[in-house]
Parts: sequence; structure tokens; C-alpha cells
Amino acid sequence: MHRTGELYGHFKTPGQQREAASLGMWVFLITEIMFFGGIFLTYAINRSMYPDIFAEASRELNVRMGGINTAVLIASSFTMAMAVWASQTGKKKQLTLFLILTLILGSVFLGVKYFEYAEKFHHHLVPGRNFQFPGDVGSRAHAQLFFSLYFGMTGLHALHMIVGAGLLLWLVKESLRGRYTPQYNTPVELVGLYWHFVDIIWIYLFPLLYLIDRH
Amino acid sequence: MNATATKPEAFPEKHYVNAEYGIRSWLLTTDHKRIALLYLVSVTGFFFIGGIFAALIRIHLLTPAGYLVTPETYNKLFTMHGVAMIFFFLIPAIPAVLGNFLIPLMIGAKDLAFPRINLLSWYLYMIGGGLVLFSFLSGGLDTGWTFYTPLSSVYSNSAVAPAVLGIFINGFSSILTGLNFLVTIHTMRAPGMTWFRMPMFVWTHYATSIIMILGTPVVATTLALAGMERLFHLGFFNPALGGDPVLFQHLFWFYSHPAVYIMILPAMGVISEIITTFARKPLFGYKVMTAASLAIAVVGFLVWTHHMFVAGQSTYAALAFSLLTMLVAVPSAVKTFNWTATMYKGSVSYDTPMLYAFGFIGLFLIGGLTGLFLGTLGTDIHIHDTMFVVAHFHYIMVGGAVFGYMGGLHLWWPKISGRMYPEFVARISAIVLFVGFNMTFFPQFVMGYIGMPRRYHTYPPEFQVLNVLSTAGASILAIGYIVPIFYLLWSIRHGAIAGRNPWPSTGLEWQTASPPPTENFAVTPEVTWEAYDFDNRPDLGLARAADRGHK
Repeated sequence: MHRTGELYGHFKTPGQQREAASLGMWVFLITEIMFFGGIFLTYAINRSMYPDIFAEASRELNVRMGGINTAVLIASSFTMAMAVWASQTGKKKQLTLFLILTLILGSVFLGVKYFEYAEKFHHHLVPGRNFQFPGDVGSRAHAQLFFSLYFGMTGLHALHMIVGAGLLLWLVKESLRGRYTPQYNTPVELVGLYWHFVDIIWIYLFPLLYLIDRH
Repeated sequence: MNATATKPEAFPEKHYVNAEYGIRSWLLTTDHKRIALLYLVSVTGFFFIGGIFAALIRIHLLTPAGYLVTPETYNKLFTMHGVAMIFFFLIPAIPAVLGNFLIPLMIGAKDLAFPRINLLSWYLYMIGGGLVLFSFLSGGLDTGWTFYTPLSSVYSNSAVAPAVLGIFINGFSSILTGLNFLVTIHTMRAPGMTWFRMPMFVWTHYATSIIMILGTPVVATTLALAGMERLFHLGFFNPALGGDPVLFQHLFWFYSHPAVYIMILPAMGVISEIITTFARKPLFGYKVMTAASLAIAVVGFLVWTHHMFVAGQSTYAALAFSLLTMLVAVPSAVKTFNWTATMYKGSVSYDTPMLYAFGFIGLFLIGGLTGLFLGTLGTDIHIHDTMFVVAHFHYIMVGGAVFGYMGGLHLWWPKISGRMYPEFVARISAIVLFVGFNMTFFPQFVMGYIGMPRRYHTYPPEFQVLNVLSTAGASILAIGYIVPIFYLLWSIRHGAIAGRNPWPSTGLEWQTASPPPTENFAVTPEVTWEAYDFDNRPDLGLARAADRGHK
């Protein structure tokens, strides 16, 4: 697989290469939607089976930290969009700057998430032997179900954030080498798509987990 | 055969196999043709591992009390047979071997859109396969290939966790293969290769890719949840902890029913190519065939609860899914009619691939129609979980998918290896496979219908004659599988030189050397003809259909 400049030998034109890469990312995001879809469905069904316990359990979540994280993530989507714009218009310094800002905001999100998880750990809300929840055995089991899903969904999301952060680090490195130009900026655009996708997942997770039935 | 004898072609000096040497040149290759060969070797390995388990099952069932193994081991045998065959042979076989090799050639591309992801897919397959083999060797697996909870997540004492992880990882191999094919078909077609000039093989792989992309992620999540449930004692699907085991079945079958179409659609593509080639006629109803392929992919997603008619669901849901199950039979029937119509008044010859295609049509027809018995609510309650079901899906998966794979392997073997296999032995072998297959599985329809349940290690004495018949058939079937290995390997050195287009056939893949060079085509081809246009292709050296005495 030889390469001339940024064009791989099995493509005829840079346009074809860009089209293939972009379609590939979109299709990948569709597979991601299906991947998260299974666990969202599991959550929805369990929530509808045990609405009261799930509402009660969800009140244990720290809505302030969740809210801050939502704001942080939306801001990171903005800086990411700016990074894509900078790469398209050839503003190389701004590109690096916006990529670093996105990376910082992503790290802030993960940091807040760490403290949120730690809080659950201290309150004995991590599923397992030490799980504690007021009420009978049944409500304890159902609350544990809620927290299993909470950790499963937010954990999977956090994993995607970590992968995204790794991709951003790589983009920062390459952008410092001046690799991205108005003619060639596909990686920035595609990581941007991925980042926005992970952002949108959170936009759904936040109300589903934190806000329903919260008075 | 070839009407105007062309002068014999020389074997190309430089081709994809001898382009590079050494183990690194294989393990780090990004050439889709070499990756296809990596898959060919690995899926064949898994096929024989699964085959050994099948042989042990059949030997065990020779006597009513069970002949060979303990009940626990019997459970492990049928589980490991299913896991090896479904996830590591049937699902990847045609797409990852033949699809990988042929899709770029058929659309006139130099490679798939993402060659490195293609190699990654193979590594994910191998890692997943390694974990599953580890599970087989470290205590085995006894949950059934369906991993129903809470058996798999709580009660089973076998090595479930590594197997689930292996299948999870292997799922990403399948997802990435589907993604790669879909993007390749969209963006890599040669000039003039419009959507409706693509061979049916490419179309069916397009439909298959859609299923891989939409279905496989769901089973990945499901198995991940079941795996976490087992490792961390969570309760997603465990009724004792408030979870819902039927939800697992819904999520599992949401993928695993469409997975049947991942196995059969590529085989339908192969059969379409074989039949046009050996009837020397355009595919009857080409556009309808493309629509039928896509319809199978779409409707196939709407039938999954027919696996759960007795598992507890509302009668109205069952009615709707029963109806939709009938509906998915329509595009399959359209295909069968169209293949038959393609042969009508064609110059049919009975080369080995065509024999496999005939086998496919007959067996798929029986498999498909018995599927309707099972999709009908009343009859399903009678024959649910009996050997009838086992016979039904083996007619689809072996009679359909494996016959398609074998037919395709023979059709394109001259392209892959540059050599012809010995035709006479191959024909005999195809017939042996057909006879052995029917003798193995037809008795299972009968024993199931009169009441023998599946997955039991013993049975009442009145079923013995049928079981002995089935086991005897399995030994014939085994010969039909083993003989091709020998003559195909033999042909690599000693077979006659194939030349570019030995049959001849119309696809672009036959326009380049056999075996093809690494870059597939010396010059990017430009397509100016319609699909399967035998009449306007003087380059094929065939007499015109009218001159052959046909309309």
C-alpha cells in the first residue's frame, strides 16, 4: 500500500479518498448508534418495569456535577467545530489551539466523572457486595439494576471519551507538524464527527439518567 | 465448453502470491487477495474443529442410551459445534474469503477502501477465535450457542467468560468487514461500473454489509451485558435480581436472526454468478434480484421473535411476527424462481460449481419451506425445539450457505490459484456431499416431527433407525468435505493452467490474469457493457445465443 503525499495508491483521486473516509466514519457512527442502542433499550425497559425505584435511585445522582459536565461537553463540541473550521481555512495556529482546548475540556469532563464515581463508591452505590440502598431486598436489587446501567452506560461513554482524547492528542501532534491544510484536513473533520457523536450520546444520557422524575 | 478454442495462456510470472515472500509479507499484508487467503486457511481450520464436534455428536447418538460421552460433555459438544460453525465459519466464510478476494476485482478497484482495517478485521477474528478455543480447551462451553441467560450468566460451570469475550471481539471483525465492503462498493467502482452493472455477488454483499453494520453491534452489547452480569454478578437479565431473561432473547435474536441472512445472502450471490456462467444467459430479473436482496436485509430485521413463540410474548406480537416471517419468504422465493428462469433455454453445462448450485437450490427450497412450518404459530408449538428445527436450519446453513461456499470456491478457484481442479473428481465429490447431506439431515426432519427433542443426549429406542441413518449419512458427508481439500491442494501444483477466463464468464474479475497481479488490473478497466451480457461480448469467444439454437 504505497502513498504519494496524502494519497494512498489504491485511490484514484484525493476526492475519492476523502469521500471513502468520510462515508466510512458515518457508517462507523451508525454502528455506534446500534451499539449504544442495545443498552439504551435495556435501560428503557427496566425503567418502565420499575419506575419508582429507578426514580428514587436516580435522585442519588449528583445533578450539579452532571449539569457542569453537560456544559463542558457542549463547549468542547464548540471548540472542536472551531478546530475543523480552522483546518479548512488554513489557520494552523488556531487549529492547534482549538484542538488543545477541546482536549482540555474533554479531560475536565473525565475528571468530574472521576469525582462523581468516587462519590458513588463512598455512598456504597457501586453494584456488588457492598451495595446499600434503603428498602427491602427487591428494591435493593432494582436500585442495583439502575446503578449497573448507570455505570455501564456512563462507563461506555467515558471509554469513548478516552479514545477521543487519544485521537485529539494525535491530531495536536500532527497539527504541530503543519500536516493539515485546506486541501487535506480529513482526519480533523472525521475526529470532529466522532467527538460530536460522543457528545450527543451524553446529551441523551444526562436527562435519561439524571433528570426524569426529578422534582 | 469454450466454443472457439483460444490459444493456451501462460501462467503469469508475477502475481499476488509470489509478489513478496516470507511470513511477514503475509502477516502484515494489506492486499485484499492475500487477506482472503489468510481467512481461507483460518475459516477452514474452524470448520474442521466444528466438524469434529459434529462427528462426536453423531457417534454419540448411535444408540438410544448415548454411546460415547457423559450428558455434560454432550451439552458441550453441541454448544462448541454451534459456536465454532456459526461465529467462526458460516458468518465470515463467504464474505471474508470470497467477498474479500472478489469485490475489488468485480468492481474494478485496486483494493478495498480501507486495506489496513481489512487486515485488522482478520486479527480481530484470530484473537476472538483464540479466546474461543481457549474456552473450549479450559473446561469447554455448555450454554448452547445462544448463550441464554441466566444459564450463561449465573448457572453454567463452563468457561463462558472467555467465549463471550471472543465472540464480542470477533463481532468487530464482522462489523469492520461490513463497513469496508459498503464503503468500497459506494466509492471504489471503476468508470462505467454503475450500480446496475454490478454483479449480483456484489449486490448481495452490499445487503449483507447492511446487516453486519446494523445487527452485529447489538449482539456485541448484549453479550457484553451478559458477560458483565456473569463476572460482576449484576442482574440485567437475571430474574432473581429483577432483570428480564426474555429481554436477552429479544436482543440476541435481533442480531442472530438477521445473522442467518449474513450466511445465506452471500451464498445467493455466489449461486447467481454460477448459474449465469453455466447457463450462459443473463440473470433473469436482474433488478428484481437486487431488490429482493435488499428486501431480505430489511425484512430480515423484523422477524426475530419467531425464535421465541413459546418463550412468553403477547399473542398479537406473535401473530405479527409470524406474518412478517411469511413475508421474508417472498424475496427468497423470487430468487429461486429467477435462478430457475435463468436456466430456462440456456446452454446449461454441468460443471462442478453448477452441481453445487443445483444442490443449493433444492436444499434451500426445502430449508426455506420448512422454515414456514416453524414460522406458523400452531405448528411451531408442536415442533419447537425438536430435531425438526435442527434439520431445518442445517438445510439453510449447510445446504444453503456451505453449498454456496463450496460452489463459489470451485467457480473462482481458477482465479484464486490460476489452476484448474480435476473436474471429474470434483463432480463426484459434489454429488457425494449432496447425498451425504440429505442422508444426514432428512431423517432429522422425520424424527423431530414425530417427537424427538433437540439437545438431548439420550432418546427412546424407536428413534434409533433414523439416528443410525443420520450418523451413516454424516460419515458420507465428511468424505464430501475432506476430498476437496486434497484435490484443491493438488491442483495448486499439478492443475492445468486456467488462463484469464476459463468458463468463460462476464465479470470484470475474469478480465485480469489468473492469479491476478497485486494491483488487480494493469490499467483501470472501463466498463461499457451491462451485467451478464453474454450476447454482446465477442471477447468471451462464445457463439451468440441465437446461433446456439436458443432464443
